[in-house]
Amino acid sequence: MTTLAPVSARRRTVDRVSRGITLALTAVAVLPLAFILYYLIKEGIGAWSVDFFTTDPTGRFLGDPGGIKSAIIGTILMVALASAIAIPFGIGVALYLVEYGKGSRFANLVRYFVDVMTGVPSVVFGLFVYIVLVVTKIGGTFAGWKGSVALALLMLPVVTRTAEVVLNLVPDSLREAALALGAPRWRVVFRIVLPTALPGLVTGSLLAVARAAGETAPLLFTAAFVFGTQFDLSQRMNSLPLQIFNDVGQAQDRLVQRAWGAALTLVVLVLLLSLAARLVQRRSRLA
Amino acid sequence: MEAGSFTATTSGGRSSLERSSRSRALDPLLRWVLTGLAALILLLIAFFFIRLFIEAKPAFDKFGYVGFVFDNNWDVSKEIFGAWPLVVGTLITSAIALVIGVPVAISTALYVSELCPMRVRQPLTVLIELLAAVPSVVYGLWGIFVLAPKLQPAEQWFSDRFSFLPLIGGPVSIPNCFIAGLIMAIMILPIVSSISREVMATVPAQDKEAALALGATRWEMIRMAVLPYSRAGISGAAMLGLGRAIGETIAVTIVIGNAPNVPQSIFSQGYTLAAVIANEFNEAASDPTHRAALIAAGLVLFVLTLLVNAIARYYVNRASRGKRTVPTGMAG
Repeated sequence: MTTLAPVSARRRTVDRVSRGITLALTAVAVLPLAFILYYLIKEGIGAWSVDFFTTDPTGRFLGDPGGIKSAIIGTILMVALASAIAIPFGIGVALYLVEYGKGSRFANLVRYFVDVMTGVPSVVFGLFVYIVLVVTKIGGTFAGWKGSVALALLMLPVVTRTAEVVLNLVPDSLREAALALGAPRWRVVFRIVLPTALPGLVTGSLLAVARAAGETAPLLFTAAFVFGTQFDLSQRMNSLPLQIFNDVGQAQDRLVQRAWGAALTLVVLVLLLSLAARLVQRRSRLA
Repeated sequence: MEAGSFTATTSGGRSSLERSSRSRALDPLLRWVLTGLAALILLLIAFFFIRLFIEAKPAFDKFGYVGFVFDNNWDVSKEIFGAWPLVVGTLITSAIALVIGVPVAISTALYVSELCPMRVRQPLTVLIELLAAVPSVVYGLWGIFVLAPKLQPAEQWFSDRFSFLPLIGGPVSIPNCFIAGLIMAIMILPIVSSISREVMATVPAQDKEAALALGATRWEMIRMAVLPYSRAGISGAAMLGLGRAIGETIAVTIVIGNAPNVPQSIFSQGYTLAAVIANEFNEAASDPTHRAALIAAGLVLFVLTLLVNAIARYYVNRASRGKRTVPTGMAG
């Protein structure tokens, strides 16, 4: 009986060292997250108080800088409107790609450009909305709804691509069964495909919402900045990212502290959305 | 229903199995509405490009296409806009981001998909994805108030020791190109890592098992089966990261110092195409030439990212052909 030569010491060392390096670099990758969360909590929690969430920023050069109420309300309103535009639109495009356009040239082109659109910098979307809606003075200059449009453009490719993936997971046998029973195509879409894919669609949409909530650059040119609370989407509107960006630029200790507090709020908001997305995903019956 | 009733007609004259005219009309309607939405996306991108171009035209007319991109003079007060310092700043910071971010991202992907114990795979993936959930402005805040001051002594030491290398040496300012690149590296890590992981998942199990069966160690298996097979896809993932880095705006605006000069070293202040738009936008609102120049910078950025992404997608799609997993990387 022949025995196999054992793996030589050199090869074993190379193996161990290389695996060690990948492990070390993985640790390096996780490190920044720990650092960021640590500083966010350390610096941010001190800024949190009841007043912090219930007063508007004053904009006074000295004295009480105020809280971030208008920023929170602005972010929620603008992101809500952006979602109302982008989610149906995105799911509609995904439905086209999966249900009607499968394999067609046009569908492939659309899919490719949606992919490319995910890579377009958010600042360019902002600039675009600025040119089309703000410069032309449609309904005034800067307005909350224009910010929503910019955010919606940003969310659109994310919603479309995640929805497409989920819709593709709906088994064809379900569609075929419904069609064989005589259901028209539109009923198959609304009664079979969409309900089956629902958890996945919600997950994708929530991830897109989380992404939009953290965006600063598009709002800079579209919703502008204002101190007071604004519920009217046709007016200038404050938002959390913009509030942080402005406070960082001021480089005054009290404002920087408010920036940390606002940043912690924003991150908590975004993490909650991401967490919700994951929980919904878990309920999905699709693979 | 009696036998053979498929052709039976009701008193109204139509088959009991026939759909109502409303129901029949809805089918093509839905089809065309959805097709219209899809077509709208293509129109939107075309409209995008045309509008940006029209608005940027005055700047190109004044400085020329080549002049605008390659002239080394961005002077707002004199109304001279040559974007070369911004282009160089963008390239340097993106290069730093790739050099630091890509090896880490690939190692992470390898570790998660090939080496780590099953139990930690999911939590580790989630942790890395969470990096993508942190908003850009928060990275900027953390970068300028924590990372930049803390790293400054180390950077100064490095700058003094290795001043013989190109682009290194001289005094280190607190906001600088290196910090911007480092922050970008952290920000592109999740997308590069998750797409690399997707690509590595398409490596056939037979290839890996064959390598192991022939006596290869785990690392040799990675080197001989996994990496060659997924090389194209990993390159694509790195390019997607590059696209992200080029377009990164707010974090960079906060930490790069916004000085419109070609940086003397990676530790001096700089400017990027994206940062200039965010930073000078307010003052430009009343000055048509300045505004056109910023929009032109946006157009250059748009074209650049479009090219990079188009090439990247080509590689990634080819590598993971037929296998479309949930593109988690887009969650960023």
